[in-house]
Amino acid sequence: MSTVLSDTALIYDRYLRQTLRSRISLIFGMLQPMLFLAFFGPLLEDVPLGGEGDSWQTLVPGLLVQLGLFSAAFAGFGIIVEKQLGVVERMRVTPVSRLALLLGRVLRDATLLLVQSLILVTVGVAFGLRAPVLGVAIGFVFVAALAISLASLSYAFAMRVNTIQEFAPVINSINLPAMLLSGILLPMALAPAWLDVISHFVPFRYLVEGVRAAFVGDYGDGSLALGAAVTAAFTAVSLTLGTRLFRKAGA
Amino acid sequence: MAPILTTHDLARTFETKRGTVEAVRGIDMTVEPGEILGFLGPNGAGKSTTLRMLTTLLPPTRGTATVAGHDLAREPALVRQRIGYVAQSSGVDPSETVRNELMLQGRLYRLSKAEAATRIEALAADLDLTELLERKCAELSGGQKRRLDIALALTHRPEIVFLDEPTTGLDPGSRADLWDLIRRVRSEHGTTVFLTTHYLDEADALSDRLIIVDDGRVVAEGPPEELKTRHGGSPDATLQDTFIAITGRGPKKDDLAPVAL
Repeated sequence: MSTVLSDTALIYDRYLRQTLRSRISLIFGMLQPMLFLAFFGPLLEDVPLGGEGDSWQTLVPGLLVQLGLFSAAFAGFGIIVEKQLGVVERMRVTPVSRLALLLGRVLRDATLLLVQSLILVTVGVAFGLRAPVLGVAIGFVFVAALAISLASLSYAFAMRVNTIQEFAPVINSINLPAMLLSGILLPMALAPAWLDVISHFVPFRYLVEGVRAAFVGDYGDGSLALGAAVTAAFTAVSLTLGTRLFRKAGA
Repeated sequence: MAPILTTHDLARTFETKRGTVEAVRGIDMTVEPGEILGFLGPNGAGKSTTLRMLTTLLPPTRGTATVAGHDLAREPALVRQRIGYVAQSSGVDPSETVRNELMLQGRLYRLSKAEAATRIEALAADLDLTELLERKCAELSGGQKRRLDIALALTHRPEIVFLDEPTTGLDPGSRADLWDLIRRVRSEHGTTVFLTTHYLDEADALSDRLIIVDDGRVVAEGPPEELKTRHGGSPDATLQDTFIAITGRGPKKDDLAPVAL
């Protein structure tokens, strides 16, 4: 186990340094949620959204999940490029733990997402967001779990395809409906009954509602408990499946 | 002395949309410690698949192999600890420095930071990389990149190093430098070298012994001179003629002028 941990630390360190060297991608990864925050958020200020809290406490949690959904789901891009450069093969012929090859990368993605989330919330505060520190911290735990889950699946899938052209359309065709059906921008409570029913089959809906409950400080709310349960289950399934597929794909 | 590599009926099939493809159909071979073995074959003969199996990258579908004293199927982690591998593509991060890449490699092979740092200095001096340690990998020339790849493969002092077409794309001067380096790896460190190449002049100049595969099987094996006499008609025959006599065709690319020995 200690070998897995030390190998994970090595891989994490390598990829974190790689990320820090390409700050531009860090900034561009945040562009979309920032645009929603600046150009969409003010439109909602006086709109009745049906939930507790104000519009910023509704929108910012949704944008956090959106950030996670889009950055972590596309994490596999990197591994496709690395396969073409021979990096994956170079590491696979060393004794490094196969699990560490996945975990090091996934933990880097979670770290990156937490930093981006912190910046997003800080900018949200400047726009008018008010939320308890504990609630924001709980929200970050949800976002980190989301990053770990999606990045694991993304890397596993990327190991099975050879080109970005094969990878991107699949991720896009999953991500967009997932985003729309999760109530990321507006609560699904506003949806007609049929849409509301469909959205209950999308796990990210429970994450968004859990983070929203945390941001209004409603820790006893069933939404938070349900969100936590769904997030934990989704993370466990994704990590198990991701690890298995990643190994099977020859990693 | 026991062979450093043995295979028995080593085979690999692939399931494709067009059916089952037998890339390697049962290879038996032995490599002695300290030997430079040239592993040759026409394009699609099964060279790369064999190499990928021997370096633990691909599990065999049949047969057995022992590499550096360990069973390939049962002890892949121990095999990895004792082999070095230079793939066709470099595998370094272009934005990383040479020193950091060597440090990472050392750490992946379980060297402590201090051990890895000492090893980096020794390897850099040996492979003429000292002046390049702080450079980014993207800034290296083709020949310098190849020297770095070999340094990475030698970081943990492997008993056998697999070189997969190490001089492809290099200019004649860099090829000659690399040949010299490969010879030194064997003579100074006693490392066994398992070499695949499309350049027959390279195989002829470097190898103690050749194994030629075609259609997934070993079709000829022996020292270059012996193969030339046996299949090319005389010890003065070229390896190109000998190769064609054995396989009925030439290797994929042999378009570079021979390098002066």
